[in-house]
Amino acid sequence: MNDTANTPLSALAGRKVILHDMSLRDGMHAKREQISTEQMVKVATALDAAGVPYIQVTHGAGLGGNSLQHGFALHSNEAYWDAVCPQMKQAKISCLLIPGLGTMKELQSAFDHGVRSVHVATHCTEADTSPQHIAYARKLGMDTTGFLMMAHLNDAKGLAAQGKMMERFGAQTIYITDSAGYMLPEDVRVRVRALRDVLNPETGIGFHGHHNLGMGIANSLAAIEEGASRIDASVGGLGAGAGNTPLEVFVAVCDRMGIVTGCKLFELMDLTQDIIFPMMEHIVRVDRSSLTIGFAGVYSTFLLHADRAAKKYGIPARDILVELGRMKMIGGQEDMIEDTALTMARERGLFDDKAA
Amino acid sequence: MKKIRCALIGSGNIGTDLIYKIQRSPLLEPVWMVGIDANSEGLKMAREMGLKTTHEGVDGLLPHVLEDGIQIAFDATSAYVHKSNSDKLTALGVMMIDLTPAAIGPLCVPPVNLAEHAAKGAMNLNMISCAGQATIPIVRAVSRVQGVSYAEIIASVASKSIGPGTRANLDEFTYTTSNAIEVVGGARCGKALVVVNPAEPPMMMRNTIYCLTDDAPDEARIRESVQQMIGEVQKYVPGYRLVNGPVFDGNKVAVFMEVKGLGDYLPTYAGNLDIMTAAATRTAEMFAEGIASGRIRLSAVLEAA
Repeated sequence: MNDTANTPLSALAGRKVILHDMSLRDGMHAKREQISTEQMVKVATALDAAGVPYIQVTHGAGLGGNSLQHGFALHSNEAYWDAVCPQMKQAKISCLLIPGLGTMKELQSAFDHGVRSVHVATHCTEADTSPQHIAYARKLGMDTTGFLMMAHLNDAKGLAAQGKMMERFGAQTIYITDSAGYMLPEDVRVRVRALRDVLNPETGIGFHGHHNLGMGIANSLAAIEEGASRIDASVGGLGAGAGNTPLEVFVAVCDRMGIVTGCKLFELMDLTQDIIFPMMEHIVRVDRSSLTIGFAGVYSTFLLHADRAAKKYGIPARDILVELGRMKMIGGQEDMIEDTALTMARERGLFDDKAA
Repeated sequence: MKKIRCALIGSGNIGTDLIYKIQRSPLLEPVWMVGIDANSEGLKMAREMGLKTTHEGVDGLLPHVLEDGIQIAFDATSAYVHKSNSDKLTALGVMMIDLTPAAIGPLCVPPVNLAEHAAKGAMNLNMISCAGQATIPIVRAVSRVQGVSYAEIIASVASKSIGPGTRANLDEFTYTTSNAIEVVGGARCGKALVVVNPAEPPMMMRNTIYCLTDDAPDEARIRESVQQMIGEVQKYVPGYRLVNGPVFDGNKVAVFMEVKGLGDYLPTYAGNLDIMTAAATRTAEMFAEGIASGRIRLSAVLEAA
């Protein structure tokens, strides 16, 4: 620690924050779900050794994600968990469950294979599709989070009501999930504050950011200032869109500010440089498509799908993404990317639709 | 022709929309509406539309079944109470059309297998789910041309069109629909995904159907089969429309559909509600014809132990 720690934000010195790495789940999107079990084990053991307390390991779309809609991973979730879970010395392995895609049967299987924490995720206005899954996770004794995706599409009061509902179902932490990487720090602040006002004091608040507007770290800090105690991040930023809040950068910032994460910065830097960067098929960064996603407020996972549809039908990915944003498409509607590209191609006279 | 008298159980979105569909039917007459909340909007509307109502559940209906000549009952409650409702009513010789995901009877998608069920005269038929009704005809349209190893459907519905019962029991919806893609659709493996979208104005129900064919898809025959099947569904859901496709990519066939409702109880975006109630009504009409002509004779089913 040096004297620059004495910044205006040093009021946060001593605050404890629980970090949750997303590279082996959200990062699956950026890898078209093609991460090998060997790579999973390599990354997870390095994260474990660096002191990261929670590591999410699942198909990018979570339980039930293996599909034509979301892509088939190299291995089943069970194969990934069986490879990773026994190697963990201190970290807990978590999974993602989006009701409508994943089911309680799959959650039971996750638990049976060593998973002890779950993000139960719904769109930010549809929390009432999650009661079965949250209750079931609690029954299994799992660390249970209610994960409100695309949180920019609900105002602070509305989001707080949704979080309160998930708390009633049994969620122990409520996450504000900036799936589109659209939020600015003030958007995060008002939402954390609104949640803090209505939630029980023992219920935690978390923030899951995407870096599409380069705001991952600033937004996570804003969340902590307002009382969030859990932050999702990805080592090397390996995640959908322009990636998640980069874990190693965030840990460096926390160290400077005296925020206690228990994570070792240099180990995370080495993991990023030596393992994560060589794994990337494309450089996960703010580029034309991911910036469009952040600017238009579109689900970050749409990135590679839109790039593929753009190539296939000759429509710029940016045009497709802006149109998807205009139509208010949400996570899980990846099928509408090709559908929208087809419709746009026909309207532009680029595509001879034999079915018409 | 004398209309067949019907009872509607469940006063939520589905039950209430059914009143409109059945009232329009030349073969069916809605007589009773059963709820559990005396103040529910559905029961209030039913009374205004001339139906008898009870808020004491199916037990409130039972004493009136014989005197009012009820022969067909539609159950739009939940998977958990359907079995008990069905046992009580089939014991009195009432045929059940099950709109819950309980699926204790055979699964019915009208253009695929209604004629077969009507010939057998089943006493309990299950309508699967809105997503099932909207997508299984297309899966079948492909699988009747050539073998389908895997079919996957994605149903996107407007948030305002999904009631609390479905929301609280989403897994049952997923399991029932996935199973029906196999049993009725003819795919060897089926998977169903549902997305609830809150966009304003509400989005029209959309369905994407993916099929993986065993051999290279016979494009011409699949196109023709899909078009023919859409025509069959349009007979009872006029707003069932092909938006894009079929798109062929290797052995993957993709079909993008939209379902616009009639706008009876909920506005036209709720095509999911419409396709479910319209399919149930069509099913009941098929049985009503059989009952009226004496071809189908409903008989009391002894309660299973």
